[in-house]
Amino acid sequence: MSAGLPGGGLDGSGLSGGGLHVLGPVDQIPVGEGRAYGVGGEQIAVFRLRDGSLRAVSAVCPHKGGPIADGTIDGSVVMCPLHQHAFELQTGCSTTGTGPLRSYPVFADESQNVVVLLP
Amino acid sequence: MTALASRSGRSTPADTRRRLVVIGNGMAGARAVEEILARGGAVQHRITMFGDEPYGNYNRIMLSHVLSGEEDAGGIFLNSLDWYRENDITLHAGVRVEKIDRFAKLVFSDDGRATPYDVLIIATGSRSFMPAVEGLYTPGGRLLPGVFAFRTIDDTRGMVSYAQEDHHRRAVVIGGGLLGLEAARGLQSHGIGVDVVHSGGHLMNAQMGPDGGAVLRRSVEALGIRVHTSSRTTAILGGDKVRGVQLRDAPDIACDMVVVAAGIRPNVEVAVTSGLPVERAIVVDDHMRVPDEDEIYAVGECVQHRGEVYGLVAPLWEQAAVLADHVTGANPKATYLGSRTATKLKVAGVDVASMGLQAPERDTDEHVVFSEPSRGVFKSIVIRDSKIVGATLLGDSRKVAYLTQAFDRGLPLPEERVSLLFDLGGPGEEDGVAELDGDAQVCNCNGVSKQAITDTVKGGCTTLSGVMDATRAGKGCGSCKLLVRQVVEWAADGAVDEDPAAAYYVPGVPLEKAALMAAIREQGLRSVSAVFAALAPGGAEDAKSKMGLASLLKMMWAGEYIDERDARFVNDRVHANIQRDGTFSVVPQMKGGVTSPEQLRRIADVADKYNIPMVKLTGGQRIDLLGVPKEDLPKVWADLEMPSGYAYGKSFRTVKTCVGQEFCRFGTGDSTKLGIEIESRFQGIESPAKLKLAVSGCPRNCAESLVKDVGVVAVDGGRWEIYVGGAAGAHIRKGDLLATVDDPETVTLLAGRFMQYYRERANWLERTYAFVPRVGIEHLRAVIVDDAEGLAAQLDAAMQESVDAYVDPWNEGNDPFTPGQFRTSLPLEVLPQVPVR
Ligand SMILES: Cc1cc2nc3c(=O)[nH]c(=O)nc-3n(C[C@H](O)[C@H](O)[C@H](O)COP(=O)(O)OP(=O)(O)OC[C@H]3O[C@@H](n4cnc5c(N)ncnc54)[C@H](O)[C@@H]3O)c2cc1C
Ligand code: SF4
Ligand code: FES
Repeated sequence: MSAGLPGGGLDGSGLSGGGLHVLGPVDQIPVGEGRAYGVGGEQIAVFRLRDGSLRAVSAVCPHKGGPIADGTIDGSVVMCPLHQHAFELQTGCSTTGTGPLRSYPVFADESQNVVVLLP
Repeated sequence: MTALASRSGRSTPADTRRRLVVIGNGMAGARAVEEILARGGAVQHRITMFGDEPYGNYNRIMLSHVLSGEEDAGGIFLNSLDWYRENDITLHAGVRVEKIDRFAKLVFSDDGRATPYDVLIIATGSRSFMPAVEGLYTPGGRLLPGVFAFRTIDDTRGMVSYAQEDHHRRAVVIGGGLLGLEAARGLQSHGIGVDVVHSGGHLMNAQMGPDGGAVLRRSVEALGIRVHTSSRTTAILGGDKVRGVQLRDAPDIACDMVVVAAGIRPNVEVAVTSGLPVERAIVVDDHMRVPDEDEIYAVGECVQHRGEVYGLVAPLWEQAAVLADHVTGANPKATYLGSRTATKLKVAGVDVASMGLQAPERDTDEHVVFSEPSRGVFKSIVIRDSKIVGATLLGDSRKVAYLTQAFDRGLPLPEERVSLLFDLGGPGEEDGVAELDGDAQVCNCNGVSKQAITDTVKGGCTTLSGVMDATRAGKGCGSCKLLVRQVVEWAADGAVDEDPAAAYYVPGVPLEKAALMAAIREQGLRSVSAVFAALAPGGAEDAKSKMGLASLLKMMWAGEYIDERDARFVNDRVHANIQRDGTFSVVPQMKGGVTSPEQLRRIADVADKYNIPMVKLTGGQRIDLLGVPKEDLPKVWADLEMPSGYAYGKSFRTVKTCVGQEFCRFGTGDSTKLGIEIESRFQGIESPAKLKLAVSGCPRNCAESLVKDVGVVAVDGGRWEIYVGGAAGAHIRKGDLLATVDDPETVTLLAGRFMQYYRERANWLERTYAFVPRVGIEHLRAVIVDDAEGLAAQLDAAMQESVDAYVDPWNEGNDPFTPGQFRTSLPLEVLPQVPVR
């Protein structure tokens, strides 16, 4: 199951946990969608907004474990595909009264690679 | 205000406030405290509450919704733990009070604590009554596994998880009252077959007479619940866990679960042990005070007032207000004189209202009765000296507001009694609302009075949804929504703002469907992002609106639609149905339910090769491969070499057929052939909600055509009937006859024309069972069959365009549309597991 998850944590480059992790090219993530990565032992969903900016939150819905990267997004929230709980992409806070997701700083470096910062 | 007051109170060096202790943290206890706070009571009182349930306080009424899965257990809390903190209330949750020492003024709890009080409120409610039935308990004294009471969140959660264990299929509910029927209905939603065993002669005998009970029984049985009246459970069979129940005069019923809903008993142990007066319940006077105890009050279901014990929430709201008036001294004259209970509920989806007498008692009593069992409607009114002294209404609650008022206040009645039952120019509903007292409760679930609604409207909130959000009125069981609307209309003096958003096609774009389509066409908007940019406020995207817009645009532009994948729901991004553990289910096309040994062999091989955990026949005559990881989808499709069966989308899905003429002795039409033709033609077209079709070869209807979005039935003489708007899911409806035609070609044409009209006119997610009655079958016949509006050619052409633009989405398996389209989004360790057979 983990075979499909590229990213720092799994291929051995970033198992150290905290710090910056390079997850590969931005254009692996279609505009307006999200993709899941295993990073330093954590599951992170990275979204590419229609304005080009990136957001990163934990990939597992706190409600019943839904796959957040499969969610639908707009400029501010992601909706989990299982029961439609919504979470602010910026903060991870739920706008529908369930627990929060964690949010992580994320950006694209000069060679257009996705970089997340783990605490 | 109260929070501030209490904080300043705390900052004084010695807290001189009186110590107010509340035993019981349920609906009455918490309500009493709310009322006390509302009267500024926090300045005088330091409040401590004990509740033996390990939670804040919640709306017990809503447990039925939690059981049925409509509501999350988290969603029914009335006051969160923050509320206790903000109001400076000490809550001991999960702690039981065992004894009160009235002389030392102490309460002793099971955590070993002794808590002093100056004022004490007992609000211990009641518990489920457990009748003496053999086998109910294990030798260790616990309930036999599989036996449940229905009273608390924990009971409800236990029932849900037990019902969801797969080998559990059948339940027996003991008790055919309000609670038993709710439990039965709730269990059904978990796929459990239910029998209700009721010792009374008819259902809900506390609220209605035998005639009403008979009509209710029909409605309940129509839901698929079996009812056994005048029937007593003598034993629970099993030993280690429930395996059945034994009845007194009838054969045993095998089952996996038993829910006991046979009445309630007040929790009076603490009061009894502590020497307080207890008869049927804890005795209180008109001030809600325990006689001879100046500082002890009691409220709620644990209370007996003037001989009455109440089992509904409305009386306890009234009691709590009186109690608070006395505890705070706000109104020392306040008295509680008892409640006239009018029950107004939705029981198992049926509107039920009952008040006062069930039947005439004196020779001079008038009795007005109307009964229409086939529609589940029954109305009966008992009149004495030209006043209503009792009423029962089933299945139609339009006159409830007026009748409740007439009952409560003894209003004069119209000469023509029949206008009490129907709108015949008698006292209108508005009059009824105007007559309501300010403190009359409109919403019982959330305890909202007419005054509260009126105040909200006067405060400037003039939409129904705004008032509902602000007051929570109508947000419980929903049966009072009509009344809430009437009160809002009355309070706003007719100046109700229709909540505009309610009419929008999608929430994020402020346009109704027709206007939205016109704007899209005018401005040539071909993608979802273009629609947001041009038509949404501030050009803002809205996640909730994307899927509806994508569907609409695809319908409008067919081949010219610009497909942005992020606008689709994940199902439509990967062409499979997401399941609860994040895996997907794959349903290959099987036109008309017909398959071949070759296909079956291939499906079996694929199932082996990919370790498919479950292979299942669907209700639509197809084969479902469940539990496929996202990354396997392309390989599964490739190996299947079959087109998509569209089990996932808001789209045309399937045509169920019977064997028909070719093999069946009765068949008069070739239903299989026609079904395959229809499915081939319309495969995959988008629609506002899913479309399920069927074709039957004769009126025996083996394909269940009468309950399909479009259902076709061959009738004698080579003719075909077309039904539309049927449903057999959460909602059950027999379709309306659209036309009877002479040949299969016309069937296909009219079915297509109907579906196109539906695609263009229906609201997003509006199934045909709602759409057809909304626009009316006569209108549909005129447009679709008689072409009264000259739309036919246009509808046919638009449908043809969609048909021509069809591409099998499973081709994308070989050629992903977006990078990582089939990459897993699951965590490394698969989280929630669905059972594997
Ligand atoms: C499933 C269900 C559906 C219902 N539907 C409706 C409806 O539609 N309409 C309607 O009007 N009514 C309905 N009712 C009835 C309604 O819920 C009750 O009338 C109401 O909850 C009574 O409130 P109460 O505070 O007196 O008792 P409760 O809400 O039962 O609260 C009492 C609390 O005190 C606790 N307690 C008891 N003894 C002690 C002790 N010694 N120490 C500490 N804590 C103690 C109990 O555990 C409980 O939490 C329904 C009830 C159920 C169970
Ligand atoms: S009045 Fe409101 S609260 Fe009631 S029973 Fe009705 S919907 Fe529920
Ligand atoms: S699992 Fe995400 S909303 Fe339920």
